[in-house]
This record gives sequence, structure tokens and C-alpha cells, in this order.
Amino acid sequence: MTAISASEDRLEFSHLRLGEIVKQGVLAALIVVALTIGLVGFRTVDAAGGLTVTTRFGDVIAAAVIAFIGRILVVLLEDRRARLVAPVAGALAVLIFIMLLGSVLFGDNVGRVLHALLPFNDPIVMWIVGIAAAVLSIRAILQLRSTATEHETAEAREARATRFAATVKKVSIFVAPILLVLAIVFPFLPGVDRRLLDIGILVTTYVMLGWGLNIVVGLAGLLDLGYVAFYAVGAYSYALLGTYYGASFWICLPFAGIMAAFAGILLGFPVLRLRGDYLAIVTLGFGEMIRIVLINWYDFTGGPNGISGIPRPSFFGLPFERTAADGAATFHSFFGLTYSPYDRIVFLYYLILVLALVTNFFTLRIRKLPIGRAWEALREDEIACKSLGISPRNTKLTAFAIGAMFAGFAGAFFATRQGFVSPESFTFIESAVILAIVVLGGFGSQLGIVLAAVLLIGLPEFFRELQEYRMLAFGGAMVLIMLWRPAGLLAHRSPTLLLGAKS
Amino acid sequence: MASVEQNMSAERPPVLLDVEHLTIRFGGLLAVDDVSFQARRGEITAIIGPNGAGKTTVFNCLTGFYRPEVGRLSLRHPNGAEFLLERMEGHHIARDAGVARTFQNIRLFQRMTVLENLIVAQHNSLMRASGYTALGLFGARRYRDAEAEAVELARLWLDKVGLTPQADWEAGNLPYGAQRRLEIARAMCTRPVLLCLDEPAAGLNPRESHELNLLLEGIVGEGTGILLIEHDMSVVMEISDHIIVLDHGSKIAEGRPEQIRNDPAVIRAYLGEDDEAEIAPDLLPDQAGEEGIRP
Repeated sequence: MTAISASEDRLEFSHLRLGEIVKQGVLAALIVVALTIGLVGFRTVDAAGGLTVTTRFGDVIAAAVIAFIGRILVVLLEDRRARLVAPVAGALAVLIFIMLLGSVLFGDNVGRVLHALLPFNDPIVMWIVGIAAAVLSIRAILQLRSTATEHETAEAREARATRFAATVKKVSIFVAPILLVLAIVFPFLPGVDRRLLDIGILVTTYVMLGWGLNIVVGLAGLLDLGYVAFYAVGAYSYALLGTYYGASFWICLPFAGIMAAFAGILLGFPVLRLRGDYLAIVTLGFGEMIRIVLINWYDFTGGPNGISGIPRPSFFGLPFERTAADGAATFHSFFGLTYSPYDRIVFLYYLILVLALVTNFFTLRIRKLPIGRAWEALREDEIACKSLGISPRNTKLTAFAIGAMFAGFAGAFFATRQGFVSPESFTFIESAVILAIVVLGGFGSQLGIVLAAVLLIGLPEFFRELQEYRMLAFGGAMVLIMLWRPAGLLAHRSPTLLLGAKS
Repeated sequence: MASVEQNMSAERPPVLLDVEHLTIRFGGLLAVDDVSFQARRGEITAIIGPNGAGKTTVFNCLTGFYRPEVGRLSLRHPNGAEFLLERMEGHHIARDAGVARTFQNIRLFQRMTVLENLIVAQHNSLMRASGYTALGLFGARRYRDAEAEAVELARLWLDKVGLTPQADWEAGNLPYGAQRRLEIARAMCTRPVLLCLDEPAAGLNPRESHELNLLLEGIVGEGTGILLIEHDMSVVMEISDHIIVLDHGSKIAEGRPEQIRNDPAVIRAYLGEDDEAEIAPDLLPDQAGEEGIRP
């Protein structure tokens, strides 16, 4: 209420004076100069006569000018003068895009001239500036169209988000099966090549890891920053058993899950009393510990060299080889197909899809069982749980163990897919990415995790051409999601049972 | 005081909880000092006293959140089983000894529905029925029956606290008074023999606190013992069978409501050292002047 009346007050106020606006712009420009003068303004160059310093003050000034204009536009927009902002920002955006795409639109010669006019040589920076201008003009147009959006209080926005999530929930009844069918026919869709299928395998692996971590973080509310440790335990379990004893994938798979679950319990015991930040720090440490043990236990794990020659999975004993070692049947000869290396990729894709779906159905099912409800209750209030006779120790340990078990399965799959494991694959950034998938998906939302995994894993893989800016886009996407949907993409908890349905 | 109690015990129901010489110290602070009292089956025993008297600390000892330094807390079930609460872990007290509690600051599972709150309270029986998850995972009939039974018990308590229409709401969205009632219903869904209520009437309006009285009387009517911490004297004086007064960690008085009302030590504790015995007993509690104080 107060927010509404405050902004209405502002409407009755006269607009900011020109001097005030320019002051804001200058201030922003000064900040940019202060930030960039050292980092951008000076550059060390490895010249023939040794290291020399060159200056790039032009870039600093260009950045300051861009910040000046941008800040003024933002201030004007906040001052509710969208009528002014919309055309200016729009024109700027169009101008920048035309200059960037000059060679495509008008041919190379004009394009080169236009390109030279850009304040920065690096087109990526100009793309970002252009997109920012476009976003500003869109915001201005939205403001013109409805003044109500600016009045919206935080609660109203949250309520809208909840309604949206509820709608999504309704839609998801149809979406989930459609996605499932899509996932099943994916390898045979036209245009799906080996590269796309590899991305599909990678995304599905992360979906499975996200679903597994969701048990620990989303349901039980235990912030685990070392989830990748269990993934590593699973991968090394299979790698070691497979290479040392030649055990088949299907025998090792449950064993990898058990080993990872055991590691989960091992982690669980010391952190029983910890909560929140402290728990996060200890789990982070645990993740690093596993990695460092893998690096240093050279005799057993091969240290940084990793383990190679991990047996590939077989289709119930039928290997995906051109010719089997001892003249036995291979997959293609058994089914009378011609040999294609693509077969194995398809098989791997279905393998991880089945594993992921098992994780999903397990989670959906266990949510409706007492242990699942106890996890959620533990997330809500541990003390109340204790007062109701729920053992926080057992509940936490089962959450850690079961979450870890699925990571172990995924790890075994990872090992068999790569044929090689090394500690480098299990760094903290992996844990962070998996956690980001769960958080962005909206804690506890199974479908949200799929979307987040596609967004965070699929798109960066797809846009590998962007090279180092890939991670910038990754960070940007995360910031945007947190701005627009602070509770995650699909933050909606559906009750595990309803009285209405029962009566 | 003790002799008064001895005389009365002949006509009263059997002892459920026997607290002897309970003492707990936080660093240098003697929070509870050699407190002994009894609570009986089918009775409401109230613990009152000024702020900081140690009431909630006694509760926390009973429900296993604190471990007493000295003292024996024995709980006798109607079937003769006896539990020494001071030796048990927190969740065992709730699970095996059958002591349920509510909290001064409501502790519901906010983002779960009202019904789910009541089902979570029946965790242990459902856990057994689900074969510790193994059977439940495959939808065993035994588990489905147990769950239906749990829903029935939940429905019973929803009716008693008048929350059936809101059964599928998120608990956090309920109004304050309803949250208090839900917390009591949740505690009762564990099928306790002793229910410990920490200020259940705090923040309730007079009508709600009257409904609360009826609810509590219904609960003790079925044989459950209630131990009650309360500031609202309209609740305490009206429904308590027995009152224990704590001040600075020690018991200063004990007896029936009408005895307590006229006890000079109690009046002194509430109103200070000045001898103002002629002050109307209505003004006795420390929240004098608040609505709902009508002994």
C-alpha cells in the first residue's frame, strides 16, 4: 500500500530538473572512469624490447560516454518520462545494430566503414550495449502501455508469480508427457545429429543430477555444496571395479549407488547439527576432500592421470563394437543391423534417460511417503519435527544417502560414457552448476529443473561459438532469472495429499 | 503446601507426570531451582509466573530440548509403563513416552498444507506401516490403509479445531488464531498422554480464547493430561484444575485456582514487594489491563 501511494505522490510531483539528471549521468560516467582507467586504460604489451605499457584512453572515454547516456536514460525512465526514453533508446539500439550488421545489410565496404565508427573494436561489447538499449526501450514502451506495472508492490508481483506457477502446474500436466515423448523420440528426430545427441546426453545427465540434489536441497532443505563428491564416488566406483575386475556396467551400477550412498552417510554424520551456511561450508569442504583424495591416492586411483579404458556399457551383454573380441555376437550382428557408431550414442542416451526418469519417479513417489513428508517438514522446522517424534538424525541421513545414491548412478553412467575419469571432472564448479539448476528451477519443482538444465547446460553448449562470453551469458541468464523469478522458474509446491480429493 | 496436596490426592485422578527436584542452570543463572510438582491424567495443570520465571525452561526439560542438571521426571502411562524423561532423547520423548508440545512462537510447517501438518505428526506409525519406505514405494495395501486411517484421525482433529474447510490451505496462510489451533491439533495427532501447551491463548481474542477453553476441556475429558503455560488468566483460572506458580526459577505456590488467587506470595511476585494485598485479584497477572482477564 505504501509503495503505491508513494509512487502516486511522485506522479503529482514535477519531474526532476535537468541539472539533477545530468548530475546523475556524470556520476555514473565518473564511476565508470574510476573502474576502467586502471583495467582498460593501461595495457601491458609484450613488445620486442620487453614489456611496455600502452594506453587505451579512447575505450575508457567511450565507456564513460555510454554510461553517461545509459544512466540518463535510466533516470528518465524512473522519472516516468517513458515518452522521451522510448524513441531515444530505440533509435540508439537500432543504430548500434545497423552498425554491427552493416556488412550483412549493405555489403562489405559500407560495413567496414560503419564498423570503424563503433566506439569499441570488439563487436561483443557493442552487442551488449545494443541489447541494453533495446531492453531500455522495451521497458519504456511497457511503461507507456500500462502505468500499473510500476505501481506493483512486491507482494503483488509474488502473488502473480504464484498464480503463474499454478497455471504452469496445470499446463505441466500436458507439458510433462509431451516433453517425455519428445525425449523418447529425440534421437530419431530429423536434424538430430551426433552433436545434438551428445548435448542431449549431457543435459539429461544434469537433469538427473539436479533431480538427485533436489532431494537433499529442495525437499530436505539441506544446502549441499559438495554434491559432485558423490558423483565422483559413483564414477570411480565403476571405473575401478570395471578396470580392475572387469565387472560389467550393470553389476557395477547398483554398487556405485551404494558406495555413493555410503559416502552420503559418511558426510551426513558430522554435519547433523549444522544448518544453513555452516552446513554449506562443510559440504563444500567434503566435496574438495574427495577430489583431493582422488588426486593424491596415486596407487589406487591413478592420481591426476585418472583411469582410462573403462569398459563401455553393453546391451544386456551385447557390445557395441564392429567385431566382438572372441567372435561372440555384437549388438548389430545380433539384431541383424549394419554397424554404426551412432548406435552406442543412442543407447547411452536412452540409458541416462531411463536413469533420470527412475530418479524422477522415485522422487515423486517418495514425496507422498512418510519419509518424504518428514524431509519437507525438516526443511520447514527441525524443532517442530523433534517435538513430533521425528528423528532429525535418521531423516537427514536418509536424505543425504538417497540424494547421493542417485549421484552415484549418474557417476557410473558418466564413467562408462567417457571411458575415462579424472579428478578434474569433479571440481567445485560442477557442484555449483548442479545447485544453480536446482535453485533456478525453483526448489522442489521437477519440471523447473528440466528447464533450468536445458537453459544452463544446453544453451551454453549450443552457443560454444561465443567462446569466453559463454560464461558471461551464463551469469547474465542467472541474474535475469533471479530478477524476474526470484523463487526460481517454477516455484510451486503441490500438496502431497488433499482432503478434498479423499472425501 | 505439600500437605495440602497430599490431602487432595485421594480424590484426584492418578498421577501422570512426577517432577522431582528439577534443577537447571545456564552458566551462572539458576533458571529452574529445585522445582517439584505433579500433573495428573485428565487434568489441566497450569504453570504460571512472571516473565523469566522459568516456565518454558521446565517445558524444554520435559520435552527433551534441555537436559536437567538435577531431577527426576517420570511419566506413568495408563498401561503402567514408566518413562524417565530426563534420560531420553528429544524425539524419543515424543515418540515413545507420548509427550507432545506446542511452542510459544508457533512452529508449523508453514509451506505444507494444514492436512499435511497433521499427517507429518503421525510420522512414526505411518513409517512402520510403510515398511520404512520399502513397502510404501510399491504402493502396498497396508500402507494405503494406514494412510487412510491417518487422514481419518487428521479429519477428526480438523473438525474439533474447526479447520476442515481450510484443510488444503498452506499452514502459513492461516490466520493467527487458526495457526494456534492447528498446532494443538497437530500435537494431538501424535496421540499423546501428556500435552504441553506453551501460551496457547497468546494473541487470541476473547471469543477465540473461550473456544480454546472448550477445546482443552474436551481433550482432558478424553483422559489426556495437559500441562499449560499461560498468561491469560481467563484461561488459567477458568479451566485449570491445579496451578503451579514459579518465580525466579523456584516454585512459590501451588494449589487450586481459588487458592492461588488469594495467595500472598503470588500477589507479591506479580505486583512487587509492596504490600498491596487489597488490590483486586483480577489485576493479579502481569498482563493486567489486557482484554480477557476475567477470572
